[in-house]
Amino acid sequence: MTDEATELTMNKTRKVPDATRRSSDSKSGRYLGRPAWGETQPEVADSSAMKVVVCVKQIPDPADPGALDPETKTLKRDSKLILDESDSYGVEMALQLVDAAGDGEVHLVSMAPNNEVSGLRTALAMGAASATIVSDDALQGSDALGTAKVLAAAIARQEPDLILAATESSDGYTGTVPEMVAALMDLPSVTFAKSIAIDGGAAKIQRQTEAGYDEVECPLPAVVSVTAGVVEPRYPSFKGIMAAKSKPVDELTIGDLGIDADQVGWAGAGQEIVAIEDAPAREAGEIIEDDGDAHERIVAFLDELKVL
Amino acid sequence: MTEYRAPLDDIRFALRHAANIDALAEMAAYAHAEPDLVDGLLDEAGRFFEQVVAPTNRDGDTVGAVRNADGSITTAPGHAKAYGQMCDAGWGGIGFPEEYGGGGLPWLLGIAVQEMMTSANMGFSLCPLLTQGAIDALLHHGTEVQKETYLRKMVTGEWTGTMNLTEPHAGSDVGALTTKAAPAADGSWLITGQKIFITYGDHDMAENIIHLVLARTPGSPPGTKGISLFIVPKFLLNDDGTLGDANDLSCVSIEHKLGIHASPTCVMSYGDNEGAIGYMLGEENQGMHCMFTMMNNARLSVGLEGVALAERAYQQALAYSHERLQGRAIGAEPGTSSPIVDHQDVQRMLLDMRSSIAAIRGLCYRNAEALDIAAASTDDDVRQRADELAALLTPLSKSWGTDLGCELTSIGVQVHGGMGFIEETGAAQHFRDARIAPIYEGTNGIQAIDLVGRKLGLRGGGVIADHLGSIAATVASMDGIAELQSVRTILASALEAVTEATQWLAENAGDMPAVLAGAMAYLDMLAITTGGQILADGAVAARSLGADAAAERALLARFFAANRLAGVPGKVPAVTAGAADLAQARATILS
Ligand SMILES: Cc1cc2nc3c(=O)[nH]c(=O)nc-3n(C[C@H](O)[C@H](O)[C@H](O)COP(=O)(O)OP(=O)(O)OC[C@H]3O[C@@H](n4cnc5c(N)ncnc54)[C@H](O)[C@@H]3O)c2cc1C
Ligand SMILES: Cc1cc2nc3c(=O)[nH]c(=O)nc-3n(C[C@H](O)[C@H](O)[C@H](O)COP(=O)(O)OP(=O)(O)OC[C@H]3O[C@@H](n4cnc5c(N)ncnc54)[C@H](O)[C@@H]3O)c2cc1C
Repeated sequence: MTDEATELTMNKTRKVPDATRRSSDSKSGRYLGRPAWGETQPEVADSSAMKVVVCVKQIPDPADPGALDPETKTLKRDSKLILDESDSYGVEMALQLVDAAGDGEVHLVSMAPNNEVSGLRTALAMGAASATIVSDDALQGSDALGTAKVLAAAIARQEPDLILAATESSDGYTGTVPEMVAALMDLPSVTFAKSIAIDGGAAKIQRQTEAGYDEVECPLPAVVSVTAGVVEPRYPSFKGIMAAKSKPVDELTIGDLGIDADQVGWAGAGQEIVAIEDAPAREAGEIIEDDGDAHERIVAFLDELKVL
Repeated sequence: MTEYRAPLDDIRFALRHAANIDALAEMAAYAHAEPDLVDGLLDEAGRFFEQVVAPTNRDGDTVGAVRNADGSITTAPGHAKAYGQMCDAGWGGIGFPEEYGGGGLPWLLGIAVQEMMTSANMGFSLCPLLTQGAIDALLHHGTEVQKETYLRKMVTGEWTGTMNLTEPHAGSDVGALTTKAAPAADGSWLITGQKIFITYGDHDMAENIIHLVLARTPGSPPGTKGISLFIVPKFLLNDDGTLGDANDLSCVSIEHKLGIHASPTCVMSYGDNEGAIGYMLGEENQGMHCMFTMMNNARLSVGLEGVALAERAYQQALAYSHERLQGRAIGAEPGTSSPIVDHQDVQRMLLDMRSSIAAIRGLCYRNAEALDIAAASTDDDVRQRADELAALLTPLSKSWGTDLGCELTSIGVQVHGGMGFIEETGAAQHFRDARIAPIYEGTNGIQAIDLVGRKLGLRGGGVIADHLGSIAATVASMDGIAELQSVRTILASALEAVTEATQWLAENAGDMPAVLAGAMAYLDMLAITTGGQILADGAVAARSLGADAAAERALLARFFAANRLAGVPGKVPAVTAGAADLAQARATILS
């Protein structure tokens, strides 16, 4: 684990340094080749078989408004979890990439309590081949870094060519886990991808920016976070749902991953939730009636908000 | 407009406690319908219809299907795309044999999926529904070659199907139809004639349409005995199965309707030029028989339309009742306005909707379960009994389901007050959409005739006697359950009244006008009593599902018993009145 990554979680307000810029060669936009995990690095260039790991978070159904547990100050997660919609884009993109490669498979990695798999089943029914779920009582209270450590260890076992995640989850939306995973695995990290094309041992990625998009290229394996809405996730077919029933799901504990309990959970968390309070009720808006000067009052109002 | 949320808890409850889907999974034919697979399928189907189909419902109504200058039909925005996604997901095929690409799952589960599809967009749902009818007819009566040729693409939904019975002078009386089929040299037939009211007779959602057309062959006997069924594809097939020439048929106009605007209702013309090429399905002059084999399924599905629209109307009414502030409810703080859901009369309307939906959903699901057992039990006796029960329940599901669909969607409008009458609110659409269901697939009047004319006499009256016996068993099962005593008493009186009415009909079987005069009142009595039975069974079963479920199900059963079931004995006079007053009225008031 790098100190830098720890610092990221300790201080959430600090702008996350973007791994793309940090490690890219400014002239070509090409990553300086970084070693992956030594000898086990797959020979992607020679083989068309693509192995893509997608990190998928399983979250409480946003349609059933959740409640906070006043004791732990966290979201209650005792009801059934579903696939985070943010991750359905990564799953779809992975399936398309494997399709385009003509050979290969998509593996899912998720960390969630109680070996919960209902969200994974959705992604398996979409077409992923297999999954890993990491559950452990010691993971209670894990922050983004703790989560990243677990995911990185589980991902490494798969020896993938490419790792996809969402830019941020729908419930926690720290927006840091994929970059931490990349740092922990010592892999290049590309964020905000709107499209990915694989060309030999490299990925060509369009990454969304405020002005448009950057075209970047990086060697594989790499961790890429996918922007929500950039592809249309398929809905599982009933045959896919039936097939998903018998797809392998590997259930792991942190012990299986060689992670110590004090690295994760409440024990390892670099962040603490000090207090929770209700969001203030929305105050009534001001209705501006037009007596001829409405435009001036609106301009003054916007000025005050400093949005002009 | 509220969004549609698939009522998965209620659907699961009906699947397990009105029907028993887990017991079906114990039959060899449905062995793969294990509980966790059923749950997974319901979750994903719910998500699909909520997210993909339900959002098209408004455009389906306000834009609707349109006929272009060149005669082609364009469905409302988003419909073709949603339909394509549905074919990819395969939801139309789950109840059909795996051999043809279906899921081989119980029809019951298909009915649950169909309910969600219909709630999401009824006008849309009719395309898969008619296709399902055509598949059913092909499965039962097609030759091996015909099945191989058409079924696979129809099960996926890539090709859709239609049913062509109605003609201008042949509606309820199908036997009056005049469309002709002339033999061609190669063994096929040339069809000429006009059909009206053909649902999805043409559209832009699929690459081919397989029309099933009823017509007369030369020299056939008059009436229903002289009708044959033909497969008439929109595009003929080349030898390699690819699409070939357009057949000689066209949609000459579409109707402007009260509701289901998304569904094109077509006037179809066959054989304006050389004759539309058709292939006989089943035996010559056996067309009506072929129709009957698919009728139970089709009628059940139409009954389910009532459930589906009432459910969507209920969700919308419930949401509105929490938003709309009006008046001060008893006990509310002075000077405040209460959400209308705090008013007792609004609570009454909502509970009437909710409990009646649970009753009719339960009836439809139990009916579907009977169809499944009748199709797949290995025990002849069990199969026979299930077949008889399905025959008895089908007219109840169709008629009571669709009448309640109209009534409950009307209550949905009422909950909204004036806004309910305003189209923008969307409550009115459900009310308008619901109104067709009592009419097509055999009017409700025809259902009542079917019940008293054909079904009561099954096995010498043994079928209805068994059913009434099962209601008596439900009454007995509530002995000693304090919170169900009102239900017990009211269900017992309803049963007594139905028994009396049944006896009267049996004794007066020779006086056909008298029997027909009381047929609809009798159907309602039997259906409401069966609905009460199903809610009572659910309340008893829920006692082992935890305190909340037990309390909720008991409440629904009590409310339904007091508000609807208690009215059953009051209908006896309408059944036993005889036809004398009607005859006198015909000569005077109605002359
Ligand atoms: C106080 C607290 C208690 C927690 N308790 C538990 C617990 O008991 N059990 C437990 O398992 N987790 C627990 N977590 C972890 C938590 O659910 C998140 O996974 C983690 O904090 C990441 O935060 P995020 O969702 O904001 O990540 P983001 O950085 O916004 O996530 C970006 C993307 O990373 C990937 N990702 C993130 N989290 C996961 C994951 N868990 N699995 C797979 N992919 C993922 C997804 O693709 C996601 O879209 C807890 C977190 C906190 C802060
Ligand atoms: C939107 C829509 C879609 C349709 N889709 C299709 C389709 O896809 N394919 C198709 O073939 N048809 C379709 N139909 C036709 C539909 O099935 C008929 O309208 C229905 O069968 C009634 O026939 P009818 O309209 O001729 O009414 P009629 O038969 O004229 O009935 C008028 C009234 O008289 C009553 N009545 C008639 N005969 C009797 C009797 N013997 N005893 C007692 N009462 C009687 C009826 O109950 C009804 O109340 C559709 C109709 C509509 C409106």
